[in-house]
Amino acid sequence: MSAAHDRPALTPEQVAIPPGHSWNRIPVFAGGAAVLGIVGCAILGLGNPKQFFFSWLVAFLFFLSLTLGALFFVLIQYAAQGGWGIVLRRIGETVFATIPVMALLFLPVALGLHDLYEWSHHEAVEHDALLQWKSPYLNTTFFMIRALLFFGIWSFLALVYYRGSRGQDTTGDPAVSARLRKFAGPGIIVMALTQTFASIDWIMSLTPHWYSTMFGVYFFAGSFIGFIALLSLFAVALRGAGLLESVISPEHLQDIGKLLFAFTVFWSYIAFSQFFLIWYANLPEETIWYKARMEGSWLSVSLFLMAGHFAAPFFYLMGRAVKRRNATLAVGGAWLLAMHYVDLYWQVMPTLHPAGVSPSLLDFAALLAVGGCFVAAVSWLMRKQALVPIRDPRLSESLAFENV
Amino acid sequence: MAFSLGSLVAKAPFANQLPQGPYYGVVAEFTTAAELYHACEKVRDAGFTKWDAHTPFPVHGLEKAMGLPRSPLPWIVLVMGLTGAAAGFGLQWWVHASAYPLVISGKPFFAWPAMIPITFEVGVLFAAFGAVFGMFALNRLPMHHHPLFQSKLFERVTDDRFFISIESWDPRFDSSATAQMLKSLGAANVELVES
Repeated sequence: MSAAHDRPALTPEQVAIPPGHSWNRIPVFAGGAAVLGIVGCAILGLGNPKQFFFSWLVAFLFFLSLTLGALFFVLIQYAAQGGWGIVLRRIGETVFATIPVMALLFLPVALGLHDLYEWSHHEAVEHDALLQWKSPYLNTTFFMIRALLFFGIWSFLALVYYRGSRGQDTTGDPAVSARLRKFAGPGIIVMALTQTFASIDWIMSLTPHWYSTMFGVYFFAGSFIGFIALLSLFAVALRGAGLLESVISPEHLQDIGKLLFAFTVFWSYIAFSQFFLIWYANLPEETIWYKARMEGSWLSVSLFLMAGHFAAPFFYLMGRAVKRRNATLAVGGAWLLAMHYVDLYWQVMPTLHPAGVSPSLLDFAALLAVGGCFVAAVSWLMRKQALVPIRDPRLSESLAFENV
Repeated sequence: MAFSLGSLVAKAPFANQLPQGPYYGVVAEFTTAAELYHACEKVRDAGFTKWDAHTPFPVHGLEKAMGLPRSPLPWIVLVMGLTGAAAGFGLQWWVHASAYPLVISGKPFFAWPAMIPITFEVGVLFAAFGAVFGMFALNRLPMHHHPLFQSKLFERVTDDRFFISIESWDPRFDSSATAQMLKSLGAANVELVES
């Protein structure tokens, strides 16, 4: 038994992208897409800066939420000493290692503060008792300090966990797992608080009169399901590309599918609870947010979210076979990832287009720019590292994992 | 007048009964989970259908070694859950929009968001009923007596021994040949159990 523990269960060659593999070219393609997106944003955005900032905010929030979901996922794995997910952990680690890149991509949001947030207008605050009352929190200086704090904390956590796990690849020191596990519990609490306040700052304060006490949870629910959807696509893509085909098994796919299913329900539960309490209490300062989303073409988006973010994936992901096959799981993951974008779009855009849905080329350009940077960063890291935490003490447990 | 409490209990409503016969079947005792696991594979491959394995704790993967099909229980739960949700929603619709239309806190008669929590709860309740009572029905429970309890050997199933029982109404059952087969699979003891 001890001999089996000393030698790694997988060889480094088994878990690396081999030279000449087509995945080595992804950073170049993604980087090209990012440049294309940024040029598109520059050309289109000059004529319509307001639309650019809103489109960018949605795209930024979409990819940021995936990285935060990834951080949560890995922290939970450590805190619970999860065994099954070790072979998937490096995917999460690589995704959240891009949080410092996300901090750079926040710059346009910071520069577009005046276009995005009504509370940053002095003349608006002057004539508004409610905004005056909120101004000790909602003011430009404090907003920037908080943003710095969020990215500082997230980057710190991301680097500690990424470097710790990468270091263990060479040393094989089990003390690393123990140390990271000790920080995971407090890390989860810190994540919950920062994510809550970040969502209040960046999304809720778009309509500064409005508030919802469960908005932080709502943002978390979206970010977590977004990451699990990405994880399912990632796992299927790795298997499809002939990498980790014998490492990530249908058993792991089924567990990803279970999480996808569970968090479809969780998101729906939170989304409905938020709506339900506000609808029932019927207080004007709370209902205003939903009123904007229950009129005109925004109502169609709301109904589409109910059907597409809840009903359809709920029944689709219920069965066992669907979660165990590459293609069927990928369909569910891709669909929910798209729905997560629609969800964020629906949260942000009615502020800019209260009259109705008004898609813009800038939405697409911003998505291309932020997404290009994100994919380029992730795939660039993937080239330089093992795709699995190869010396983790629980790796054999994860490799042998079977659903009961 | 002949009176037997046992026969009265056995005839109680909802109580399940096993087929009648001189023998219930044979029961074989194994000392380790691994021996039981491999014996199950052999019994499965020999084509037996009316048999079972008994262990003091869950042995992972035993259902594969036994060749058990997937349980139909999830379908029962799904149908019950949907029935419950429909019933919960239907009841509220009937009360609020049809039978007793009252204005409550300025909401429309058919205020569907207010009905979702009850719909959800009744759906979960029915699904849970489906899971528990469906499990009972699939396991032929309640059954007030089981012939295996007559076996002294079998008492250790809750302690430290592992058992395979093959029922006499299995088409491949033969009291001596089946017992011989179980012995050859490594059983420490084999016993013929009466009905």
